[in-house]
Amino acid sequence: MSYCVNIKRMNEILKELQKEYKVYAPVRFEKRGRYSDTDLIRYAEINSIEDVVYDEKSDFSPKEVIYPITQALFYFTEYEYMESKVDDKKILIFARPCDINGFRRLDTIFLKNGGTEDIYYKRLREKVKFILMECKEGGWDSCFCVSMGSNKTDDYSLAVRFGDDKILVEIKDDEFTNLFADEREVEFTPEFVTSNPTKVNIPEIDSHELLEKIYDLDMWKSYNSRCISCGACTAVCITCSCFNTLDVIYTENGKVGERRRVQASCMHEDFTTMAGGLSFRKTAGERMRFRTLHKIYDYKLRFKDEHMCVGCGRCDERCPELISFPATINRLYDEVEKLKKTETTNKDIR
Amino acid sequence: MSENIMLPVPHKIIDIIHETENEYTFRIETNAKVKHGQFFQVSLPKIGEGPISVSSMGDNWVELTIRKVGKLTNEIFNLKPGDKIFMRGPYGNSFPVDDFKGKDLVVIAGGTGVSPVRSLLKYFYEHPDEIHSLYFIAGFKDEKSILFKEDLNNFRSRFNTIYTLDKDKIEGFEVGLVTEHIKKIPFDSFENYNVVIVGPPVMMHFAALECLKNGVAEDKIWLSFERKMSCGVGKCGHCKINETYVCLEGPVFNYTKAKNLLD
Repeated sequence: MSYCVNIKRMNEILKELQKEYKVYAPVRFEKRGRYSDTDLIRYAEINSIEDVVYDEKSDFSPKEVIYPITQALFYFTEYEYMESKVDDKKILIFARPCDINGFRRLDTIFLKNGGTEDIYYKRLREKVKFILMECKEGGWDSCFCVSMGSNKTDDYSLAVRFGDDKILVEIKDDEFTNLFADEREVEFTPEFVTSNPTKVNIPEIDSHELLEKIYDLDMWKSYNSRCISCGACTAVCITCSCFNTLDVIYTENGKVGERRRVQASCMHEDFTTMAGGLSFRKTAGERMRFRTLHKIYDYKLRFKDEHMCVGCGRCDERCPELISFPATINRLYDEVEKLKKTETTNKDIR
Repeated sequence: MSENIMLPVPHKIIDIIHETENEYTFRIETNAKVKHGQFFQVSLPKIGEGPISVSSMGDNWVELTIRKVGKLTNEIFNLKPGDKIFMRGPYGNSFPVDDFKGKDLVVIAGGTGVSPVRSLLKYFYEHPDEIHSLYFIAGFKDEKSILFKEDLNNFRSRFNTIYTLDKDKIEGFEVGLVTEHIKKIPFDSFENYNVVIVGPPVMMHFAALECLKNGVAEDKIWLSFERKMSCGVGKCGHCKINETYVCLEGPVFNYTKAKNLLD
């Protein structure tokens, strides 16, 4: 069932929802952008439906709602420790199709990999329902969701199309039907982006011999001087899930502290560094190769169904060195095609 | 709510054995069933957490041999018997001990790499009838970095041992890296055998190559990897190499797999 709801009424519905739900959406933080006089758009709880920034791409992904950048795991007191807790309220997230598909990748890591469930992720994830937000036609400049097959989803409770003074709402989840009982019924189902200006070709890596040659490609070395290993790309990625655990002592009382989970980045120099100093992947180029292959090769090799990257393009937008991830994927595709051609030619000669 | 896999549990330290100036063995009370080659996530609240391999185990204890090398281990070295240390685990796979039984076994270990193979060696020391023969090459940097002196002496009586120091000459020890002594193993005389190699990455790399040079088949070689880990259960991502998680599929790998684990 779909309805046409005016903004005023939608705000009343929001208030009603917020009795049970924390409602998150991309929100504008004025003048908090990375360049002067620019805004930052990231996920936060909303107070009114006008807070939702629906006509721009958010700089950060909604993963922070359930997988915060830092999160307490345990609180330690002198002789005891306790698990951190979360709010009882359920969670509604205004999300794009790519991000909803991205959450499935996070689910795979946190709830399936290794046959164990991470309760810190699960306790928030199981509270979540999605409100699908349509994207503008073709998506935004850096979007390549269509190439990654993550432009569509049916995993949502509500879907919305924003208009100037009214909102079209599709309800798939009976829980919410009553709230819209007095609204005008309309024909509406969300439309998905079917073509992006940015397209990627995913290289098919079908043998270990080819993988070894990919490791040796000169293209990775070009990132040694370009990439500054800041990890901005992984911070904004909907599917990046790596973390460190970090114990801290409160400065006011050294006997009390906590164990935290802090998002980590495979692009950071110390990602693999062990106590004593031994580390792997010492150059930015090697780390770029690691991230690229994880996103478009080895995640799928392990979990079979889909690539990790959903093509949201945030890493592209966020890189202070203007390194484009879709361009990197396409460059790798070209290099792999060259390698395959050389291989075939060599075979012919033999 | 499912079980919290990140939950550290306090365990009592029963004894602390000073192996070297910077390496102590902590005997810790636990009923955990541990397999040879597994590790625990060891932590001290408010300090930190890290993976430590088991160097020996008994009915109600495990031993962890720890090098004082960073923030967490510095603090662990201040603990006394009776104090509590926090652990969760054991994690990871193990050496395929059942496959080793009744055959010849070659164990090549360097430095702290002796720790993860010590429980395996002690098992066959106590059950000599379960192994056809055991050759053990152990290499240390110098005299003051020799670990498990008592065990090494005991092993001489039941295993064919070659102990070596990188440069120094002392009684009972050869001179040179472990790789230089691999050719002394009579691989040709073995009917069926396995080779275990554990040590720093460079040592494992060259020791494996030396074994291959001496005619050892790739699938007879087993290595144990060491990696940064923040969880030990396949979530934190630090130990991933390609599609492989060292904490889940390792730390023990057959060489046929290990040779493809490229960083």
